[in-house]
Amino acid sequence: MNTLEEAKQAVIDDFSLYDEWLDKYEYLIELGKGLEPFDQADKTDDKLIKGCQSRLWLKCEKKDGRLYFTADSDAIITKGIISLLIGVYSGRTPEEIAGDDFSFIVTIGLKDNLSPTRANGLASMIETIKCFAQDER
Amino acid sequence: MEIKEIRNEFPQLSRTVYGKPLVYLDNAATALKPRSVMACYEHLAAEVSSNIHRSVHRVSNEATAEFENARKRVAEFLNAPSERNIVFTSGTTDSINLIASSYGQAFIGRGDEIVISEQEHHSDIVPWQMLAERTGAVIKVWKLEDDLRLGPSSLEKLLGPKTKIVCVSHASNVLGIVTPIKEICALCHRHNIPVCVDGAQGIVHCKVDVQDLDCDFYSFSGHKIYAATGTGVMYAKAKWLEQMPPYRGGGEMIADVTWERTTYADYPFKFEAGTPNITSVPTLVPAIEMLEQMRSLEESSAAVASYVLDALQSDKRITLYGDSSSEKLPIFSFAVKGAHQEDLALVLDKMGVALRSGEMCAAPLMHRLRVTGLLRASFAPYNTIEEARYFVECLGKAIEMLTI
Repeated sequence: MNTLEEAKQAVIDDFSLYDEWLDKYEYLIELGKGLEPFDQADKTDDKLIKGCQSRLWLKCEKKDGRLYFTADSDAIITKGIISLLIGVYSGRTPEEIAGDDFSFIVTIGLKDNLSPTRANGLASMIETIKCFAQDER
Repeated sequence: MEIKEIRNEFPQLSRTVYGKPLVYLDNAATALKPRSVMACYEHLAAEVSSNIHRSVHRVSNEATAEFENARKRVAEFLNAPSERNIVFTSGTTDSINLIASSYGQAFIGRGDEIVISEQEHHSDIVPWQMLAERTGAVIKVWKLEDDLRLGPSSLEKLLGPKTKIVCVSHASNVLGIVTPIKEICALCHRHNIPVCVDGAQGIVHCKVDVQDLDCDFYSFSGHKIYAATGTGVMYAKAKWLEQMPPYRGGGEMIADVTWERTTYADYPFKFEAGTPNITSVPTLVPAIEMLEQMRSLEESSAAVASYVLDALQSDKRITLYGDSSSEKLPIFSFAVKGAHQEDLALVLDKMGVALRSGEMCAAPLMHRLRVTGLLRASFAPYNTIEEARYFVECLGKAIEMLTI
């Protein structure tokens, strides 16, 4: 498995391949479509993330000292964004995640190009992932 | 004026987003501002900054004249009996809060009934719910018919001796269908019940004559008719303005203040506590002028509306809410099978198309339609057929990107 830094850099590189925001969104949409299936039974209110205009469920499981995330949403771009976060953070130790500053999201410029409600949703996703990590430390 | 000349008056129409020309189709949320409105604002801020109705100096007199001239112009625009029927507020929401609070205090008590149509914006629901909570009054919902129209016969069944007011929008900000206000007023008045009209959308596209409609209250926002933001109007019949108590206390609205007892100014001033929005309210004058000028673009607007309506209705992936079998404003709210409204709005944004997604401040209507939200394209007379075509083309592309 690549390191956390490598995974983040890979996302930054992928994003910088596209000059146009429309293309970056097309990339997010593709990521969203490729998100691993989520168990319908896990779509419970306690897994709903607040702050999203669309609904987003995020589940965290701990195996062998590492955190694994799965998620689903009724909106494809939300799925793309969470897929990007899962790609970077799933399978890491709680210490690694809790110690990270999540600044690569700022680097790729995603936050500035989301609607305020979606940006709040993104902040909530990050907060939730951090909380899982802190609780499991 | 030709549409090209009109468009030149709106600088924002020539800006770009993400390197693409902006196609602004969120006019039902707020309209763009013409140069005349900006010039008026700048003139007031640069040359006529002074408080109104008080000081005796020259600039204050000029500021008062500008402000009161706007009141006259608005009265004329609505064909109100007098400029005294016009109360300035910060917008439709503020107007309805005023009515709910002030009319409510005078006329609504425990067990009384407030009838609200199912198509209302939150601004015409929440102030009444707050009043009901304070007083113990009861809210009755006037449901839409199956064809999403408001039926006068359904309304009549709700009216009774305890009904104290009927609240309805001139047109829904989601469905865009024009409500038969005149007929509803006649019906309610037969039962001696006043009608409070939310005109936020209606004022933009309909010629409003409050005496012909015979409504008791009519509210609208300046920013949706091209005026500066933070301006609003509450028209009311004199008989209500006389009987309603002041809503907020402060300067301007008093006749005399002593520690023992304060007496209030006459209407409309008793409802305008504190320094009003003196720099922005006069922009209603050039804004109304622009609105009236744009009525000459009726033919082009009709062509745009019928093109969009046809394109949306003929696409099997799209469900349009609020069809055109009666008078409809150029407000098109729809759902797309298999694509979330927010995804569509985000993708269209990247193509330069600005529109609205979500509940559109009408959650009860969304529940009725059984949707979590919709996508809404709303047009102004300055929108061209080319923009409409570009929107339809981009919508098709966005749907393909999201569903295949």
